[in-house]
Amino acid sequence: MSREETILKLKTIVKPYIQNEEAFESLTESTDFINDLKINSANLVDVILDIEEEYDIVIDNQSMERMLDVKSAMEIIETKLSEK
Amino acid sequence: MLIRARENMTKQEIMSKLPYSKPFLFVDELLYIDENRVEGIYTFDENLDFYKGHFKDYPITPGVILTEAMAQIGLVCLGIYLVNDTFNKNTSIALTSTEIEFLKPVFPNEKIIVISDKIYFKFGKLKCKVIMKNEKDEIVCQGTIAGMIV
Repeated sequence: MSREETILKLKTIVKPYIQNEEAFESLTESTDFINDLKINSANLVDVILDIEEEYDIVIDNQSMERMLDVKSAMEIIETKLSEK
Repeated sequence: MLIRARENMTKQEIMSKLPYSKPFLFVDELLYIDENRVEGIYTFDENLDFYKGHFKDYPITPGVILTEAMAQIGLVCLGIYLVNDTFNKNTSIALTSTEIEFLKPVFPNEKIIVISDKIYFKFGKLKCKVIMKNEKDEIVCQGTIAGMIV
């Protein structure tokens, strides 16, 4: 899967939880879930659960703590997919 | 060992760990608990202060108080049970979201039962589907509630 496709998919996943429409529209790899998209930390858990479901992967606590921006989310997804 | 300890955690122990007291404790007794479900009861004392003002000369339990009772029984009691030994004075709990529909009024002295089923407990967040019923077995309110344990 290309990076563009992954970003597109991530955008669909985070959409219900974002509070900053502008940052969402201009989302890039460096977009931060909490600081830019203003997703609250409780909803970030739902984002991660939705990622798990979408990609059929299991995200551990350690990865979860790193998953704060689009770039690290993409890296973690990629790693977990390669472990399957 | 952890699983064994969890099985032995009694309903009384959970009650004793609840971080609330009167006039803001809305759990009288837990009837059932396992790692996926909790059921508890509470009777709304007619002398509770908010009845004096909600509403003037016509006391009805406020929706926020019903929500609080649902959260204390359905989320906090289950959360304490789930984290078990790691729950102590330094543990913080926070309500993070509610989505409740209110169907029937609850009057002073009514006894209610709250039934809560876990949707998930992950990364410190507990989300449950919660129902409150009155003594006629009618649903008075229902919805989803989530909170974090840190």
